[in-house]
Amino acid sequence: MTDTTNSTDTTNTTEATGQTDESNGAAETRDSNSRTPSRRSLIGWGGAGLALGAAAAGGAVAMTRTGDDAEPTAAESGAAVAFHGVHQAGIATPVQDRLHFATFDVKTEDRAEFVQLLKDWTAAARRMTAGQAVGEGAYGGLAEAPPDDTGEALGLKPSRLTLTIGFGPSLFGKFGLEGERPEALVDLPKFAGDNLDKNRSGGDLCVQACADDPQVAVHAVRNLARIGFGKVVVRWSQLGFGKTSSTTPEEQTPRNLMGFKDGTRNIAGTETDRLKKFVWVESEGPSWMTGGSYLVARRIRMNIETWDRTSLQEQEDIFGRDKGEGAPVGKAKERDEPFLKAMKPDAHVRLAHPDSNNGATLLRRGYSFTDGTDGLGRLDAGLFFLAYQRDVRQGFIPVQRSLAIDPLNEYIQHVGSAIFAIPPGVRDTGDWWGRALFSEEA
Amino acid sequence: MRAVRLSVVTAAATAAALTAVTGCTEKSDAAAGDEGVIAVTATDTKCEVSTKEFPAGHVEIAVENKGSKVTEVYLLFPDDRIVTERENIGPGTSQKVTAEVKAGDYRIACKPGMKGKGIRQDVTATGGGKVAKRDPRLDKAVADYRAYAQQQADETLPKAKVFAEAVKAGDIEAAKKAYADSRIGWERTEPVAESFGDIDPKVDLREDGLEEGQDLEKDWTGWHRLERSLWQDKKLTDRDSELADQLITDLTDWQKRVGRAEITPTSMGNGAKELLDEVATGKVTGEEERYSHTDLVDFKANVEGAEKSYELLKPVASENDAALTKELDTQFAALNTLLDKYRADKNSYEFTSYDKVGKADRKELSDSVNALAEPLSKLAAAVVK
Repeated sequence: MTDTTNSTDTTNTTEATGQTDESNGAAETRDSNSRTPSRRSLIGWGGAGLALGAAAAGGAVAMTRTGDDAEPTAAESGAAVAFHGVHQAGIATPVQDRLHFATFDVKTEDRAEFVQLLKDWTAAARRMTAGQAVGEGAYGGLAEAPPDDTGEALGLKPSRLTLTIGFGPSLFGKFGLEGERPEALVDLPKFAGDNLDKNRSGGDLCVQACADDPQVAVHAVRNLARIGFGKVVVRWSQLGFGKTSSTTPEEQTPRNLMGFKDGTRNIAGTETDRLKKFVWVESEGPSWMTGGSYLVARRIRMNIETWDRTSLQEQEDIFGRDKGEGAPVGKAKERDEPFLKAMKPDAHVRLAHPDSNNGATLLRRGYSFTDGTDGLGRLDAGLFFLAYQRDVRQGFIPVQRSLAIDPLNEYIQHVGSAIFAIPPGVRDTGDWWGRALFSEEA
Repeated sequence: MRAVRLSVVTAAATAAALTAVTGCTEKSDAAAGDEGVIAVTATDTKCEVSTKEFPAGHVEIAVENKGSKVTEVYLLFPDDRIVTERENIGPGTSQKVTAEVKAGDYRIACKPGMKGKGIRQDVTATGGGKVAKRDPRLDKAVADYRAYAQQQADETLPKAKVFAEAVKAGDIEAAKKAYADSRIGWERTEPVAESFGDIDPKVDLREDGLEEGQDLEKDWTGWHRLERSLWQDKKLTDRDSELADQLITDLTDWQKRVGRAEITPTSMGNGAKELLDEVATGKVTGEEERYSHTDLVDFKANVEGAEKSYELLKPVASENDAALTKELDTQFAALNTLLDKYRADKNSYEFTSYDKVGKADRKELSDSVNALAEPLSKLAAAVVK
């Protein structure tokens, strides 16, 4: 729910696209015998086609994809995203359609056992992101044993699955890691209006699973949780069904559940300079964090029903953009540079804008969620806000403080919160999540 | 307990799975070669097979009816489920039937006149899942477990009778006191009891196991019906006395039959895992003992039963997979330690009432069950590999 500014650097991020031997042929479906699209993916394409047809029939002019219609979109291609790289995938890489975010608490007190889990998780993540089954697969093994892989992703494409791990502040109270906790990994202060549920907050570890197919994302978290039994326990998890931000400006900016385009000025995966300045940790340390980032996750419940009864004028005033095009007040196009003074002093875009926050800029990767209804006949829905940054003290914290007077707060409530240090990427097949942290210290 | 509805679903799923592997076809598939062909010569008095052993995989049964009656031919599993069949094979005619079979023991049956149980021949599909010679230590484990299951039933009956007598005497307090204790032996060996199919729904059905059209008074019997009378209705009627007698009758049936249950090292390993499944789906949620809240007694008994199977299989399992048995030792100990927090005396089965166990504590129990059940799911494989 914040807005950030933009520059127009178009250098490619090589990390995000660097292929490795592990991902060769990964664009094929998980059914290794077949090169034809799997049954499920055909159904998926058919569904998308129907949706487009319906939109056209309704007279809608907005198309959901850009460029040549003969080319499938990135999501439709089902390709794999490289797991290995300087940075973890799932941050600057293109935002997928679906999310399963899970946090874990560590139960084992045996450091070696925990390190082994990180290695086992890395191996499983390497396979799953390439569209392969975990371990020895989902069938064909000993009849008396449950299969290594749970099987529901068989025949599905890699679906651009990314798995991103993070370490929460509480992890650094374990395994003698006290001295390794980064200064920037602060405990978030209480913000005005916070109504946090501790059962939806915190966690020693997080895994962000993003994919274009929800079943692929859920499969990934399910299998990691299974591998973790006895060592870690799931603390809470969140499904997200629709992306609300994009790191690919050539795509249309997705709308949040309030119906607005939010995040037009997000940092793009191609903006190397802004990524370097605002997202990736460099020499400020600790050394194990070089190439990493910090993630703030907030479960923001929206009072959908009251918002929907709000007049269009008020809705647009609150955001500082018009609802149809998404253009800033006084401008014609969504991507026109906002003129903050034209907006109401407490407009959301104005309050969240870097110019109002000493340049604070976040890379947002949030998802809409709807967890059914709340027992009072209201949608339990909102935004699962995810923002990556180099230092939360110059990122999320000042921006969120500015938003204390945001009239949007009448329609939203922050009900869950967590912060994680995101270690750098896994370099190669010999590397594993957290290696630098667990090998360099002590 | 396993709800009746669930059993039906399981049966349907099994049937579907069977259909999937046994689809029969007229198509003569040469790829199977002569090896996969069993010639069956049927007469009015005989059912001759060309071979008693054939490789697992695609199998073709070629039947020639040399008798004077119309006949049928069946390929059967050892428990008489049909793998594939062909009816109406007239005198002097030949028919083919095919199936995909896994390694194991089967029977071929001819039914001249299409009546009766048929004339049967034992046959074996070889290869694939090797039928290894069983370790004598596993034979001992099975024998010891069988004795344990019998002992649990033997010890349950007198306790159940104390409970039943209290119900019949209208003594609600005494009946409540005897209730949980009467279930311990059953809960320890539940997978064996469930293997009979018919006893479990009579004695351990929960209210949610009833379906539309089933009557709460007429169709619901067993422990949980009485649990409801004692804790929810808070009164005992003549019907409850009948139910108490019926419970003893059904448990006596269990006591008589338990010695004949089919028990294998694999079923022991899986049974241990199933006991943890029972804990995970019924006890941790508080569904099993929703009126009495004695869930932790069942919980403890389930874990004890699982641990018994494990201890008996451990000598072999630890040779095949030492890391697994080390993990299981750790996790059994951790769960037992956690359970001890809920009782003052470690030798007593008086546990904290489950309605007094808060959400965070229930999650801790659930996490601990997951930590044990996941490695326990690998025990059966560690025994047979």
